Amino acid sequence: MAARVARDIPDGAVVNLGIGLPTMVANHLPTGREIVLHSENGVIGMGPAPREGEEDFDLINAGKQPVTLLPGGVFFHHADSFAMMRGGHLDVCVLGAFQVSASGDLANWHTGAPDAIPAVGGAMDLAIGAKKTYVMMEHTTKSGEPKVVERCSYPLTGIGCVTRIYTDLAVIDVTPRGLVVVESVDGLPFDTLQARTGAPLVRA
Amino acid sequence: MIQKEVATLREAVADVADGATVMIGGFGTAGLPNELVGALLEQGAKDLTIINNNAGNGDTGLAALLAARRVRKIVCSFPRQVDSHHFDRLYRAGELELELVPQGNLAERIRAAGAGIGGFFTPTGYGTELAKGKETREIDGRMYVFETPLHADVAFIKAERGDRWGNLTYRMTARNFGPVMAMAAKTTIATVHEIVPLGTLDPECVVTPGIFVQRIVRIDRVATSAGGFRQQA
Repeated sequence: MAARVARDIPDGAVVNLGIGLPTMVANHLPTGREIVLHSENGVIGMGPAPREGEEDFDLINAGKQPVTLLPGGVFFHHADSFAMMRGGHLDVCVLGAFQVSASGDLANWHTGAPDAIPAVGGAMDLAIGAKKTYVMMEHTTKSGEPKVVERCSYPLTGIGCVTRIYTDLAVIDVTPRGLVVVESVDGLPFDTLQARTGAPLVRA
Repeated sequence: MIQKEVATLREAVADVADGATVMIGGFGTAGLPNELVGALLEQGAKDLTIINNNAGNGDTGLAALLAARRVRKIVCSFPRQVDSHHFDRLYRAGELELELVPQGNLAERIRAAGAGIGGFFTPTGYGTELAKGKETREIDGRMYVFETPLHADVAFIKAERGDRWGNLTYRMTARNFGPVMAMAAKTTIATVHEIVPLGTLDPECVVTPGIFVQRIVRIDRVATSAGGFRQQA
């Protein structure tokens, strides 16, 4: 999944990879493309994790893990960092999700469980800011419930903000004519994919 | 003569009043002014409103302030952490008020306060639970939510180097909330690892001009969590 997302990130793009599954995209960026990573805590030009023993906890990513800085990389404060997002300066943002709706609504910050402690972080800013918002998630929950749905039942993070969905079964575009299946895994019939999806799909 | 340098942490936080709103910088352990928070714990101010990205980790700093029941309300974006047990317990017991704010709105509301802006319309959070009851407006075909500025009586920030005018530089991602919080508080107290003579900091590289800073205190560089710093400076 991570490799498939990475393939769609063009040369020269400035990208924010959300915490969790999307972080793995960094390990699959195609060679020969200059792709610049942004992290909302205040860095552009993030490099890979430092070698053991060389961690510096003043240089971390949004997941609070130590990272490195590539030549050309820069630091900035939080208000500037979120201006980069909200202002539409980032090319791509890749996020995890609980649910995505047929119209591109995203639910990824809160399960809505009454005893859960809510925590939003930068999720709502990330969802609405980038030129393209990609979601990367399993096609269904562990118990087999669809995560691509007609309407999100979990609390929303953003409305109509998702551009494309990458799952373990398919790549799906959110378009004005509906959820368009761009591709699906080899040998998976369209009807089977549709049966595992909670909203109508359209053939490309 | 302008002399913003204060000799001790204790002196720096001596006048924080009961009921004060206190901003605390930092994201992760980067830029977290735990030394000032520790001094505030000793100082004894209570009934505080705290503005921070998180709601305390482990048993020190902000977590210790919560555990000592000195905080009435917390304004933050991400309270839930693996080690936020003090917050979790007090919140579940209904003993701590929480205002949850998306991280970018938090930063911009702080910036707005410092810049004298009375509020702003942002697309972040529109249509979500966190925008419930807030004024909305359509501007050029897009929906926005009205957000108000966040002011503070005191801001605690951690910088790298400073001078007696309060000019500051930061270190890598430890910059995070420092520059905007410095602008938004009536009294900004910065810790630095080095105080240099006036004119030493490259004026092209000063990040926070001294006008936003009222006190600076030099502290030793100490190891943060998970091996943060390897040596004393």
